[in-house]
Amino acid sequence: MRAVCWNGKTDMRVETVPDPEILNPRDAIVKITSTAICGSDLHLYDGYVPTMKKGDILGHEFMGEVVELGREVKNLKIGDRVVVPFTISCGSCFFCKKELYSLCDNSNPNSWIAEKIMGHSPCGIYGYSHMTGGYAGGQAEYARVPFADVGPLKVPDGLEDEKVLFLSDIFPTGYMAAENCQIQPGDTVAIWGCGPVGQFAIQSAWMLGAQRVIAIDRFPERLLLAQTWGRAETIDYEQVDSVLDVLNDMTGGFGPDSCLDAVGMEAHGTTIDAKIDKTKQNLKLTFDRAHVLREAIMACRKGGTVSLAGVYGGFVDKVPMGAAMNKGLTFKMGQTHMQKYMRPLLERVEKGEIDLSRVITHRLSLEDAPGAYRTFRDKQDECIKVVMKPDGHFHAHGHSHGNGNGNGWEH
Amino acid sequence: MRDAVASSSFQQGTGSLPNNTAGFDAEREDTGMMYRVGQAAMVLSGAALVALAARQGRWKTIGAAALAGAPLVYRGATGHWPVPQSVAQKASDAMTSPPIEAAITIDKPAAELYAFWRRLENLPRIMKNVEQVVDLGDGRSHWTGKSALGFKAEWDAEIVDEQEGRRLSWRSLPGSQVYNAGTVWFDEAPNGRGVVVRVSMELAGGLGHLAGKTFHGTTLQQVKEDLKRFKALMETGEIATTDGQPHGNRSLLGHIHNPI
Repeated sequence: MRAVCWNGKTDMRVETVPDPEILNPRDAIVKITSTAICGSDLHLYDGYVPTMKKGDILGHEFMGEVVELGREVKNLKIGDRVVVPFTISCGSCFFCKKELYSLCDNSNPNSWIAEKIMGHSPCGIYGYSHMTGGYAGGQAEYARVPFADVGPLKVPDGLEDEKVLFLSDIFPTGYMAAENCQIQPGDTVAIWGCGPVGQFAIQSAWMLGAQRVIAIDRFPERLLLAQTWGRAETIDYEQVDSVLDVLNDMTGGFGPDSCLDAVGMEAHGTTIDAKIDKTKQNLKLTFDRAHVLREAIMACRKGGTVSLAGVYGGFVDKVPMGAAMNKGLTFKMGQTHMQKYMRPLLERVEKGEIDLSRVITHRLSLEDAPGAYRTFRDKQDECIKVVMKPDGHFHAHGHSHGNGNGNGWEH
Repeated sequence: MRDAVASSSFQQGTGSLPNNTAGFDAEREDTGMMYRVGQAAMVLSGAALVALAARQGRWKTIGAAALAGAPLVYRGATGHWPVPQSVAQKASDAMTSPPIEAAITIDKPAAELYAFWRRLENLPRIMKNVEQVVDLGDGRSHWTGKSALGFKAEWDAEIVDEQEGRRLSWRSLPGSQVYNAGTVWFDEAPNGRGVVVRVSMELAGGLGHLAGKTFHGTTLQQVKEDLKRFKALMETGEIATTDGQPHGNRSLLGHIHNPI
């Protein structure tokens, strides 16, 4: 089969590799019909995530059709159409039973690596380095899905792929991050990052009862989507002297009640701390750039909540813990506990409460992946979200494959 | 003296080897191949020191080398250092490594966990360095193991003590190629989260220990991994793996399983 393989920093290649096989009794094999590139994939692309090996297959946002089942999977049938969560969870350990699915004890065969860096290991994740298990990912034609009786969500035929694909990661991620804001009536939520996760966080903040949503970014098309689709007030941080001052003004001196970081470890900023971060990262003195984290802590009102959706991998410098402690902030964070959110959020989609496809700007072929990574990372061509289909899927429907300019296929 | 019934050093805070097991006693009849290799190495290195010094031709150098090399040669030839036995014993104890201990909580009844472990043929499923265990009956078993470096070893072991559903103690028989002894406990977790499975294992001290690590493959990390596999197997019915899944072209180094 064809698959997107990591070959080093900024070197993604589509290679022909063997098809996956059932390895454990609770596995399934899914034939992939749609897959996407995630913002966190860009950390792999830029070489910031350790324990990658040349040849690793990437991708953790995928859906498709069940084509093979391990002998212990009783709840799925061949032919079922499923969205697969990006996290792998066993369903039976202490954490899964508490609905803390992204903390599963039993799904990461390389837990010892994560333990060295983190103390204890989170769950296994598709296509996201050997620290999370080294699982082959879903930017491919087929994927092996472990614990298939716990993860995959059956989706109705009436909803086309792009209406449900983002149940695999970014919608539940934005939603959980908004839930982590602990929103009360009357609250103002500030959201850093208007990428796809930020957009879904904006949508979710309204669903969860926020009174105001303020979104922060610098790319015009992303700010525009936050305004038009997201109904958010926006701040272009490159046009203002101080985001903190603006937020204080907008909230009558309080600061936002909750601050949501939907940016993570590759934060870009114009202030001196951001410049120092980038330098240190280039010199390999630090993994993560914490500019947004710092700003969120400083901006948040006293006694408020900081919610982290953006991925951090290692260590951050110069985080104002003094401010956080003395202002009595609450931090809530984590990789998404997918199985807790997928079904309720599918219901919202089925009821028409939200159209997940609004974030898609580029529809390409899997073969276009190498260029698509660059386009997505550099926000070229007003790129917000890239969705890819394996070429075989095109030919089955008789359309030509993508040309890298967006809207590579139609229905 | 600490016999196999005594509690682990988790509870006692001690880590010494029991006196009635092999320890680092190079004067036993059947010392095993590893010790012989070790002794030969000492004789050779002692001799080599003097030989290398002799090539330089200066008496001071040769003298110094002889001073350094002689004890090695003596040790290799006789089996103990040219020092009083009490001093040697203290040094040996110091070189003896503390027991390897690890624990994990598994959400299954103690009886079920004990039954799996007691059926010794099951152990290769969770112990990466054990290829096969044959239960010979009467508490005795025959083990075939391999280390990461590919060295194979076989040894016989006996169950020293067992209390069904609670505790199991074993040790390799005297004269075995590989020395180890251990105990596994199954205790109810106080907070209702399952059963705490604790393992305490001992390897021979000194060179034997080093040999144990290198050739037997048993280290703290290995024991922790074995316990994790046990937990996964008991709680989910399988052990998570990525062995055998597809990937693109690997680099030369990438073919090694360990990714770090």
